Amino acid sequence: MRHDHIISAKQLSRADIEAVLDRAAEVAADPDAFADRHENALLGLCFFEPSTRTKMSFTAAAKRLGGDVVDMGTVESSSVKKGESLADTVRVVEGYADALVLRHPSEGSAQMASEFVDVPLINAGDGAGQHPTQTLLDLYTIRESAGFDDLTIGIMGDLKYGRTVHSLAHALTNFDADQHFISPESLQLPRSVRYDLHEEGASIREHTELDPVLPELDVLYVTRIQAERFPDESEYRAIAGEYQIDTTTLEAARDDLTVMHPLPRVDEIAHEIDDTDYAHYFQQAHNGVPVRMALLDLVLGGEQ
Amino acid sequence: MSDRELRVSKIRNGTVVDHITAGQALNVLAILGIDADSGETVSVGMRVPSDRLGSKDIVKVEGRELSQDEVDVLSLIAPAATINIVQEFDVVKKHRVERPEEVVGVLSCPNRHCITTEDEPVESRFDVLDDGIRCTYCDTIVRDSIAEQIDVA
Repeated sequence: MRHDHIISAKQLSRADIEAVLDRAAEVAADPDAFADRHENALLGLCFFEPSTRTKMSFTAAAKRLGGDVVDMGTVESSSVKKGESLADTVRVVEGYADALVLRHPSEGSAQMASEFVDVPLINAGDGAGQHPTQTLLDLYTIRESAGFDDLTIGIMGDLKYGRTVHSLAHALTNFDADQHFISPESLQLPRSVRYDLHEEGASIREHTELDPVLPELDVLYVTRIQAERFPDESEYRAIAGEYQIDTTTLEAARDDLTVMHPLPRVDEIAHEIDDTDYAHYFQQAHNGVPVRMALLDLVLGGEQ
Repeated sequence: MSDRELRVSKIRNGTVVDHITAGQALNVLAILGIDADSGETVSVGMRVPSDRLGSKDIVKVEGRELSQDEVDVLSLIAPAATINIVQEFDVVKKHRVERPEEVVGVLSCPNRHCITTEDEPVESRFDVLDDGIRCTYCDTIVRDSIAEQIDVA
């Protein structure tokens, strides 16, 4: 794989995905072998929205490859505050770095920004659009815990605005996966994602309740339902409450169910699940480093 | 239609867009970037009788030969349109509109969170699907309201 830019999970073939996951497994098995791999490489971080995990794990990944980061800082403290366009910002920052990581609130921002730069640009989330590096670490976690053969996965929560869901659903069309989508009616998959899944001939089913489908699942991927998606607090509480899980909910699940979450969670996964074998979400977050190391290695030309 | 009934006069040189879906003539002008300030001499017929369509709109633009790319965009709102290029009152070229693979500029994305709606140096771009169009940047699909997305700014 030698993609100039990583914009959307849609652009990634099964071979691309497996190349990243295989490299991530090598990194995880022997991190020291990659410690000097990209000495002096600089990663430009352009985060126009707050981020904890994604930004920290990219930083950790760059440093563990022997490189470093240059960080634009917060929007409030940057030239964006003075009205600079995104196109100008990335054109300037590409002169400081070997690759760029962009998070931006507008959908399509990464695609547009990539058209203005020559260094590889990695989309770290564009509004409700795509989040392909989260997807790669999600896929890595799925492969490690459940495998892709005959995979049955349930994706639950905010499917309309959840960019991690959109990216993951696209990527899973490359594999032999049955996808079940569980959400309130108002937060079902957007038309564009449904269109793509249909075009890919993906096996998908949509549900408003978890119970009927839970016993079939190998993986349950839970996402947060945000209060601001609802007109009032009481409606949010009533609806969000139906998509929370605890150990009682999981009594109907298979013993080897893998529960995942892109984090941060609020209360959609009860803390009592954390200590069970179901919980894979912290491991999933930790996988962000080897997976992003693998991706950076490939994007920066690790195969040469 | 006989000359006696002719509602829109003949043009000497320019383009006649005929067989436009009734009611879409003004949208056709908007797509072609023709407005009160653009200077062309333009004749518009709306809801005139048509053997083929029952009723149709027709637009004649004096002094301008539209390119195939320009007219292909019209296919999105007027799939039956025909284009006649006129020189010295004679039709010298005739073609039908063809659905283009993509449309650049012309339309604006209805997703208010799309980067193309912000103050960035980028034109809107849509892939043309069998039954609609899709923003290349944010993936939003527009099916029923394409004419509403014509960028008249």
